[in-house]
Amino acid sequence: MSVEILLPAMSPTMTEGNIAKWTKREGEKVSPGDVIAEIETDKAIMELETDEDGVMGKILVDEGAEGIAVGTLIAVILEDGENASVLDGITASVVSVPSAPPLSISAEQSDTNVTAPVTVSAPEADFPEGTGFSNMTVREALRDAMAEEMRLDDSVFVMGEEVAEYQGAYKVTQGLLQEFGEERVIDTPITEHGFAGLGVGAAMANLRPVVEFMTFNFAMQAIDQIVNSAAKTNYMSGGQIRCPIVFRGPNGAAARVGAQHSQNYASWYAHIPGLIVIAPYSAADCKGLLKAAIKNPNPVIFLENEITYGYSFDVPDLDDYTVPIGKASIVRKGSDVTLVAYSIGVKFALDAAEKLASDGIDAEVIDLRTIRPLDMETIIESVKKTNRVVCVEEGWATCSVSSEISARLMEGAFDYLDAPVTRVTNEDVPMPYAANLEKLAVVNDERIVAAAKTVCYKEDK
Amino acid sequence: MTKKSVPRKTKSGKPAARRKAVKKNTPTATNDELMEYYKGMLLMRRFEEKAGQMYGMGLIGGFCHLYIGQEAVVTGIQATLKDGDSVLTSYRDHAHMLACKIDPKLILAELTGRATGISKGKGGSMHMFSVEHGFYGGHGIVGAQVPIGAGLAFAHKYRKNDNVSVTYFGDGAVNQGQVYESFNMAKLWNLPVIFVIENNQYAMGTSIARSSSEVELFRRGESFKIKGESVDGMDVFAVREAAERAVAKCRAGDGPALLEMKTYRYRGHSMSDPAKYRSKEEVSKMRAEFDPIDQVKKRILDANILSEDDLKVIDKDIKALVSEAADFAQNSAEPHPSELYTDVLVAE
Repeated sequence: MSVEILLPAMSPTMTEGNIAKWTKREGEKVSPGDVIAEIETDKAIMELETDEDGVMGKILVDEGAEGIAVGTLIAVILEDGENASVLDGITASVVSVPSAPPLSISAEQSDTNVTAPVTVSAPEADFPEGTGFSNMTVREALRDAMAEEMRLDDSVFVMGEEVAEYQGAYKVTQGLLQEFGEERVIDTPITEHGFAGLGVGAAMANLRPVVEFMTFNFAMQAIDQIVNSAAKTNYMSGGQIRCPIVFRGPNGAAARVGAQHSQNYASWYAHIPGLIVIAPYSAADCKGLLKAAIKNPNPVIFLENEITYGYSFDVPDLDDYTVPIGKASIVRKGSDVTLVAYSIGVKFALDAAEKLASDGIDAEVIDLRTIRPLDMETIIESVKKTNRVVCVEEGWATCSVSSEISARLMEGAFDYLDAPVTRVTNEDVPMPYAANLEKLAVVNDERIVAAAKTVCYKEDK
Repeated sequence: MTKKSVPRKTKSGKPAARRKAVKKNTPTATNDELMEYYKGMLLMRRFEEKAGQMYGMGLIGGFCHLYIGQEAVVTGIQATLKDGDSVLTSYRDHAHMLACKIDPKLILAELTGRATGISKGKGGSMHMFSVEHGFYGGHGIVGAQVPIGAGLAFAHKYRKNDNVSVTYFGDGAVNQGQVYESFNMAKLWNLPVIFVIENNQYAMGTSIARSSSEVELFRRGESFKIKGESVDGMDVFAVREAAERAVAKCRAGDGPALLEMKTYRYRGHSMSDPAKYRSKEEVSKMRAEFDPIDQVKKRILDANILSEDDLKVIDKDIKALVSEAADFAQNSAEPHPSELYTDVLVAE
């Protein structure tokens, strides 16, 4: 009987892939373990192996095809001696996977989370007239930022797990080893506590390490070196010992990786005097802020987001483009309610703003970009106009960045508020694995819309 | 050092060479060296005694960990270092700073929390630094300085100079995980770091036997292929000799090195430690028989370099130097309130 080959998901966040190469041709014999194709995913080029014994019957997607959805029928393998006529009429198509049977609870189950668009327009910003733009992914923008700073300053080096030969666990450091060599792009053992501390020591000797955590979940192993060693030493030494280091990597929920790999640490680090905490959204901000972080003489926590790595944005073609640390950005102007967000929360807020617009509510969206120091000035200026604030955060509410903003608004903008400051965050539970529960746990645009309507006193009847 | 090592048999059946710890023929020293180490160690002893008194008077607050008894370790090692080398240790750091030739006034002023202190009064006893003297702290978290020390060594290697990093830690820190993460990377990358375990036999109140499955701490690097050496840390010349080998190895690009210094502190872990975990007799015996300063003093007198009276004059001069530092500290102002918010971040 013939076997259908569907494009598999090869990483937790892969939704589509490219057929880099077919290594078996139609009519060629295949045995279990043979590589039949090379698939380019969002992270790497992976070999697709077969478990079958037979003959490559039909290839349905051409070599070089891009953006093939996971689950697409890409080839058919025939059993030895099987008649090729069974292949007649078969074409590439997405084979849907049967979904789990529905539960009888329905209200929130029916919530549909809108999938991320691949291309997001650049937020408004002041660029010199005639500035050109290149469309690139967040991943590429981060890589370019590191490469540019490494070209400018010999003391900048990158270290972490799989950053060199593997080209980055999430492909963010792709190509750096080839350009800068193994003395400046350093694969470490799996030893977060150790290499975080080693990086701090190198920074105290005035090198400029960029330390990648494969994800910030693993940085909890290293948090003593970040908080006690990196953040406090300049103060404790009366300004003698600098620690110009950047700790970077993905932060927050990815997709279906469960409780230990899905946590947002923004408020943890934002709590610490002596640290700068950055959590950008767009590729332009990722590039400009990572460059600014590497140039900065202080320890910087640079929080990325795995889901946004593949998002594309326009990035200005400017030499040595940096974005100032500590400045929020108004990514959508509006007059009725202010949505304050950071990192992937900005996407949820922008999606919500679109929906609100169709209901006649004009939302302003602020991308914090830097979490510490917090740009309250921009938020308060917006509140003076809208008199309403909804804080959006892909993370827990208790002691969150949203809580901090809420407290500071009480202190600094009480008289401008016409409604309570509201927080829309993840649910207060460890991240569940089941797809439906995960969806319930994570903040989404529908909840933002509902909160915005509440503070505008325009609840759906 | 109270533990006797049984000579191990080699494959050929002959006893292996005995370890340096029990070596009795102390290396030769010039008269100048004897005097230099004597004065250096005496300054540490008198400084720490003064710090203890000032703590008792309430002039020094918080935690204060004295180095009395361990002076030979830092003195012997520092004698092998040169400009550009990096040194760091834990919170028992006063003597390491004196060994780095940092002015005792600045240290005592820091201990008393004054603006003239080396950290402007914002660090205190456990958190002092001097970039100028290659001293990188003064770290308050047990073991946290070890990966940092490896990082300082990494910077030397990155810059392709022949400087080394001397990373001191105690017998308590050897049970912290990041120490082994550091050993692994240091050997993997041949970093020029000398790991110095100051084994004073008690991690706060817990003896090494009660805390460690392997009490021969010089072996703690073996599974990382770091060869360790056990050294009589009460004998400044034994320390120096071992340090010379370790430093030369690291300067030649063949790091890291590991030295276990068998030493002893006479005072409690900190000023607030009643030290009930060991007998008075044990302490008295160490003082009477192994004191590092007395050992050098005896050699000075035996060799007729100076007389007992000459040494009294030296002691008096050192006491005067320490008193002067104490006066300086007490007469200095506390930091201006505006210092509260300075140095949190470096301005760009």
